[in-house]
Amino acid sequence: MADQDIALMAHLLRRAGFGASRDEIERRAAQGYDNVVEELLDHGSEPGIDEDLMYRAYPSYFDKGAIETGQTEWVYRMINNKYQLQEKMSLFWHTIFCSGDNKVDNARTTSIQIDKFRAMGMGNFRDLLMMLSTDPAMLYYLDNIESHKTAVNENYGRELLELFSMGVGKDGDFNYTEDDVKACARAFTGWNLKPTIPVFPYGRTPFEFRFDPADHDYGEKTFLGETGNWDGGDIVDIICKQSATARFISRKLYDFFVADEPPVPAWRQSAPKDPEAVAALEKAYFDSGYDIKEMLRVLFTSDFFKSEASYYAKVKSPADVVIGTLRMVGEHTTPQPGLFFVAMEPKYMGMDLLNPPTVEGWHMGAEWINSGTLIDRINFAAGLLGDTDLPGVQSIVSRLMDRSDTLSPDGFVDGCLEYVGPLTVAEETRWELVSHVAQGGQLGHGTESERQDFTRRAGEMLQMIATTSEFQFG
Amino acid sequence: MVSTKKDPVLAVLCLSGGNDFMNTVIPYNNPLYRDYRPSLAISEDQLLPINNELALHPAMQPLMKYWEEGKLAIILGIGYPNPSLSHFRAMDIWATCEPDELGLIGWLGSVIQEVDPKAENVLTGVNFGRGLPRAMAKEGVPVASVGDLSTYGLLTDIEENDQRNQALDLFGRMYAPAIGRGAVTDYIRRTGVEAMAGADILGTAPGKYTSTVEYGNSDVGRYLRDMVQVHNAEFGTRALFTSAPYNIFDTHANQAVGHSNLLLDISSNVDCFMADLREQNISDNVTLFFYSEFGRRAMDNGSGTDHGTGGVAFAVGEHVKGGIYGEYPGLEMHELEEGGNLLHNVDFRQAYATLLENWMGLDSKPIIGGTWEKLDFM
Repeated sequence: MADQDIALMAHLLRRAGFGASRDEIERRAAQGYDNVVEELLDHGSEPGIDEDLMYRAYPSYFDKGAIETGQTEWVYRMINNKYQLQEKMSLFWHTIFCSGDNKVDNARTTSIQIDKFRAMGMGNFRDLLMMLSTDPAMLYYLDNIESHKTAVNENYGRELLELFSMGVGKDGDFNYTEDDVKACARAFTGWNLKPTIPVFPYGRTPFEFRFDPADHDYGEKTFLGETGNWDGGDIVDIICKQSATARFISRKLYDFFVADEPPVPAWRQSAPKDPEAVAALEKAYFDSGYDIKEMLRVLFTSDFFKSEASYYAKVKSPADVVIGTLRMVGEHTTPQPGLFFVAMEPKYMGMDLLNPPTVEGWHMGAEWINSGTLIDRINFAAGLLGDTDLPGVQSIVSRLMDRSDTLSPDGFVDGCLEYVGPLTVAEETRWELVSHVAQGGQLGHGTESERQDFTRRAGEMLQMIATTSEFQFG
Repeated sequence: MVSTKKDPVLAVLCLSGGNDFMNTVIPYNNPLYRDYRPSLAISEDQLLPINNELALHPAMQPLMKYWEEGKLAIILGIGYPNPSLSHFRAMDIWATCEPDELGLIGWLGSVIQEVDPKAENVLTGVNFGRGLPRAMAKEGVPVASVGDLSTYGLLTDIEENDQRNQALDLFGRMYAPAIGRGAVTDYIRRTGVEAMAGADILGTAPGKYTSTVEYGNSDVGRYLRDMVQVHNAEFGTRALFTSAPYNIFDTHANQAVGHSNLLLDISSNVDCFMADLREQNISDNVTLFFYSEFGRRAMDNGSGTDHGTGGVAFAVGEHVKGGIYGEYPGLEMHELEEGGNLLHNVDFRQAYATLLENWMGLDSKPIIGGTWEKLDFM
């Protein structure tokens, strides 16, 4: 198998999922790139993990009493969902359609929103916006339950336009006016929640959407130049038709899957990094009638995605660091003790899942990194990659041994870089790593004691690679 | 402003979960207290009276010494308008001083930036615990988060010392400044060098410290001890933050035993913190402020108490003017907030303004958003 096929497959699996072990990357590469893309896009409707096993091991996931439970379940799914793109898309929507548990304060409700992203994340964008507009966590988070016919609360109406679908502007122009925000908010009056019923002793029934006709403003509204007695559904229809919406979603997909873009508030004034790529995604948006899966198909099969310039062009999110490393080394692939503690790691690295800091979500890219989070990122990845008892690490060590009877320091370092990536590091970095290995002498593995020494040094080298600045990219 | 020989240092401890104000500072002469607390009222003979009306919970005996010395300020009925009864939201409000919108900037983050605007010292602000607390979050402000001072740093999984030192040397060489690798890589490398510098410096703190004080065996005890070590090492740290374990004061049930243990843990470890600072002869320039995001319901629920509003905060230190600040909220039904909660009469931003202006010597207005009448405890 050609090396470039493996590098491309590793890139696809890092972006369209949370990475993979070297064994899986090679297996997938042998299937052929386009076949794997289709498999990622057309996942089955049954769950991608053994849910029976998960609920038997972790019964608390049924009814999440605390945010940590929701976070732990999600981390377990991210590690183990065989439909990796489904889980990555849930995270994609979570970074845009933000509802924070700091306000919702109900882990079950926030987690149900993520379940909907999982179920619908690759569906039609119109369906996604309708789901969002009727989602209890969102209706509560952005105060739509406080928006009444006679006292309109504009919070949801505004963010729907600004942060969830169109963005403030593009190509130097504004995408909508304050009057559009008001009309939008009026159209969603009366979209609120049913009272929950206590079901003693089991807490309360989950929150459910309710449309209250008595609290809905049926008056005429002009929204983005169209006048009528619009309700929320009509507004969503009008939003979906806009070129601004095509641009927004295309740029978001590019930012998440291809290369880091600046934060949304800068998008009115700054052009996309790759205007042709974004234009191709915009075309797919309209050609397919707003189908996200079709946009992803265009993205993953495009030259701009497959280009080597896109490899490692993004700073890994904390979820990428944590889940990516766990998948590489093969840890927590079945229920085992300690899951709770690894599930808290993204929070320590600045990504408190289910609890984005504001409705604007996390600032990503280089902003993930500060002196505190960098220590956590390095220690977490280095701790796992240096553990030669883990199956993924053992597999790397045996591949290294298979390369040759005796490895030169160069060959040893290059082999390690190949199997944790393939990852290319700066020439100075590589030189430092090679000099470090050279100090330790020959790398044979003929005798048992040589094998032990070889394994120890491989663990040490993998650990050092995990500390490099290059490893912070994915 | 108070004058100290060395730069003033502010230490903050959050009693996460909502500490029960009414059973921390007890209005023992008000008959309504016993009416409201049929299951949880503290018996009269155990109370620690601080005046004719109020008494501290018996578990707070270790703090009585500071009360008698006049170095413990007790701020009654502290809160803010339209209070949130959600832990997360309320903690965010105390951290960001933004009750009406979701704020991003922590007040201590702004303090760190004010005293070290060019971020020249990576240890101006140190958090004890994992992750960056909202109170210290601000863009461009480096904060070291120390889970365990004795093992803090990079590559702590490497147990063998020589091997770890070699690995750290290699790390240092790999993160040496490079030119033309791109802005993001340059930034990451610079951050790596900063992180290692911070870790190297912090790692020297335990070696500079010996003490006869034996802290209680709890997270709060460990973190307060780590705070003293960092302060003792003279790294120029000016803001220290830590929190009791997340939501541990959320005593909805079995409060009688649970709350007593929590208050004992806090009181005895705060006592150790002060005694230790005194033993090291470094107590002059430290003030410790401790608070909780809200108080609890006036009426107990038979076993514990539910989320409430008005609460209590404390300040202790050599330059604190001991005494009672604010008034005890009225307990008559018509004086309670809707839902049976104690009304606040001191805004937490008044306490912050006092600490920032009178202790840290900073302009509090940009940090806490507006001018708040100061209290007299400093």
